[in-house]
Amino acid sequence: MKIHKYDTVIVGAGGAGMRAAIESTKRSRTAVLTKLYPTRSHTGAAQGGMAAALANVEEDNWEWHTFDTIKGGDYLVDQDAAEILAKEAIDSVLDLEKMGLPFNRTPDGTIDQRRFGGHSRNHGEAPVRRSCYASDRTGHMILQTLYQNCVKEGVEFFNEFYVLDLLLQDVDGVKKSAGVVAYELATGEIHVFQAKAIIFASGGTGKFFKVTSNAHTLTGDGQAAAYRRGLPLEDMEFFQFHPTGIWRMGILLTEGARGEGGILRNKDGERFMEKYAPVMKDLASRDVVSRSIYTEIREGRGCGPDGDHVYLDLTHLPPEQLDAKLPDITEFARTYLGIEPYTDPIPIQPTAHYAMGGIPTNVEGEVLADNTTVVPGLYAAGEVACVSVHGANRLGTNSLLDINVFGRRAGIAAAEYSATADFVELPEDPAKLVADQVERLRNSTGNERVAELRKELQECMDANVMVFRTEQTIKTAVEKIAELRERYRNVAIQDKGKRFNTDLLEAVELGNLLDLAEVMAVSALARKESRGGHYREDYPNRDDVNFMRHTMAYREVGADGSESIRLDYKPVVQTRYQPMERKY
Amino acid sequence: MSTPTLDKHSAALDAAENDASHLISVTFRIRRFNPEVAEDASWQDFQLEIDPKERVLDALHKIKWDQDGSLTFRRSCAHGICGSDAMRINGRNRLACKTLIKDINPEKPITVEAIKGLTVLKDLVVDMEPFFQAYRDVMPFLITTGNEPTRERRQSAEDRERFDDTTKCILCAACTTSCPVFWNDGQYFGPAAIVNAHRFIFDSRDEGGEQRLEILNDKDGVWRCRTTFNCTDACPRGIEVTKAIQEVKRALITRRF
Repeated sequence: MKIHKYDTVIVGAGGAGMRAAIESTKRSRTAVLTKLYPTRSHTGAAQGGMAAALANVEEDNWEWHTFDTIKGGDYLVDQDAAEILAKEAIDSVLDLEKMGLPFNRTPDGTIDQRRFGGHSRNHGEAPVRRSCYASDRTGHMILQTLYQNCVKEGVEFFNEFYVLDLLLQDVDGVKKSAGVVAYELATGEIHVFQAKAIIFASGGTGKFFKVTSNAHTLTGDGQAAAYRRGLPLEDMEFFQFHPTGIWRMGILLTEGARGEGGILRNKDGERFMEKYAPVMKDLASRDVVSRSIYTEIREGRGCGPDGDHVYLDLTHLPPEQLDAKLPDITEFARTYLGIEPYTDPIPIQPTAHYAMGGIPTNVEGEVLADNTTVVPGLYAAGEVACVSVHGANRLGTNSLLDINVFGRRAGIAAAEYSATADFVELPEDPAKLVADQVERLRNSTGNERVAELRKELQECMDANVMVFRTEQTIKTAVEKIAELRERYRNVAIQDKGKRFNTDLLEAVELGNLLDLAEVMAVSALARKESRGGHYREDYPNRDDVNFMRHTMAYREVGADGSESIRLDYKPVVQTRYQPMERKY
Repeated sequence: MSTPTLDKHSAALDAAENDASHLISVTFRIRRFNPEVAEDASWQDFQLEIDPKERVLDALHKIKWDQDGSLTFRRSCAHGICGSDAMRINGRNRLACKTLIKDINPEKPITVEAIKGLTVLKDLVVDMEPFFQAYRDVMPFLITTGNEPTRERRQSAEDRERFDDTTKCILCAACTTSCPVFWNDGQYFGPAAIVNAHRFIFDSRDEGGEQRLEILNDKDGVWRCRTTFNCTDACPRGIEVTKAIQEVKRALITRRF
């Protein structure tokens, strides 16, 4: 075991982690730990753009953006946080441009903007051009630009270091963060990083679904580490299903395709979104569009031999426009489906995309141990966190914004904290939990296999807690997950070595997915209403009287070692926007 | 209501929507190396039943998950944008997640080995550090002087287009490790680093072009390129890599960029 000491440690090197690192490296001795290489992070898969009311192409202002974000989140958004997000969006985009990001340009050389789902002029009047974009690879450009600037600032990376544990210590009755424990993939060695400030920026957890736009590596490692150490997870029942994933594969096809004029059609060729969202049509918010797609499919208007998908039709758009504005997604259609999007519609279905919930933080990125108490020295930003700016449903282009606004905030706050704070003493035998876990997996003689359990988990989640949920389906999921968690105790791996043991890594990741799937299902079962991405067929309406509140899920361990989940609730911060019925 | 437009259904669309997967039997011949087990690398064959519409990455997963958990490779996004899974498939550098089995003649054994010119650490995993060091050495970030503007820097659409091709790079190393010059001399910067220098040299907002050109004027710089076009063929993003290198060479001669 090796021990390292840094002022600030950042876990994860996607957009939020690297945006934080650029700030904290200037102010404090910083290490960034990532289980991949920074440029492999899934920020790079984001396509359509980053929202900011620059008003470069038409009238816009950040107040309209704030309103759209709150309405898009079905009023579960903390309104003070949404205001910060929309207000700081403008500088956030300009900062990236100054760092070198090659945005598409207007004829007069400013940053070009396009339409995106749920973003509107004057509180819902009509779609507005608010998404700042670089072709259909905005996320790629953000990831590259941030990495380039990390190189420029000399940010210190520990690549392929997989953080498995968060060390918390009780100091005079206050829970404080002391460090993290990481597993070095190349050697199998365990490293303890003692730090005054720690930022979790480790991304999402979409891999518990089968059809997902998420990378294989998005297994909720940060959320699971915090949860196992007794910290709450907020609003985990809210998961976004992006309307347009490639059928069966789940590969993302940007909403920007509809922003450029693409249309969703059923088997009769009908533009069905006109029925469900008369004003915004194909550019309604994602939860609305995904439900509409599945309604079409359930009512027998789906496409293909099994009627299990619909079409994204781009065939009426000029090929030059597709080449200039949507080159990557049209190439995906050619590569993976063998079709030509100039002339063929693209078979799509909703794909599990984004966790609105996560580790609760305040607007400075400080992690909360309950509804109000901050954990000194611990921060989170990006998809792993829940501020909450996305509420029950995130608007497209608000996640690239979130990672930049709150990544920056967390980076500054953490570095300022570590400038004055002392190190918290490490617990005795700090690596024990991780060492035991790794040894147990390596030496297990059980008869369960990682791939089989993961497959059963993913199939169960797709079948029971996706776009439509009922008490019965959620209960089925809860029972199945309990069974899988039991079987996971007997999981064994084949690779017993120390060098690049990805077999071991996948087993650890599965453990994280199982923990988080359980939290999601249990949180969803208790929320007896429909709001944003959480749709209960048995409770089809939003219930502001009983459920205008955030879910806070805690892991409880009984005296006999038995585990359970305790649910609590946290009020939503409301400033100036009264909840209204949501129509697009 | 709008008019239906989907009266025409191409054969390609019908094929894409036909889910009746017909599994075929394929042999994967994989170059294995694990110094914890044996000093030398060796080929190992795996048989599997798989839908030819699936990716090589899917096949590697099936082998790892169902047959041999010790098979080791890097991957993440699985659709060609993260750059983790560049490998040599049937002797050509490709991304395993962008290569469909039907496109590489599954009737004969499909060979898979690590990319060449970087030290193999285990199976298909190589040491990427020299590759990223070359990237860092070309100063891959916007260099400007003077006061920052309050708003964005202006750039015309034409100026933006000038370097569009090289912004697509995902640093997968497929180009660099297909280059015979790089195989023979690991000191050569390699195509990917030059591509990333190009991305800034030809950006109208950048003022570090001269510095980068001097770095690439070095004995291990652009002049080592022998224009074999392997890099262009290998690039999974379709970047005209050789052309970018030629443009950097020309800029060095004319000092105009």
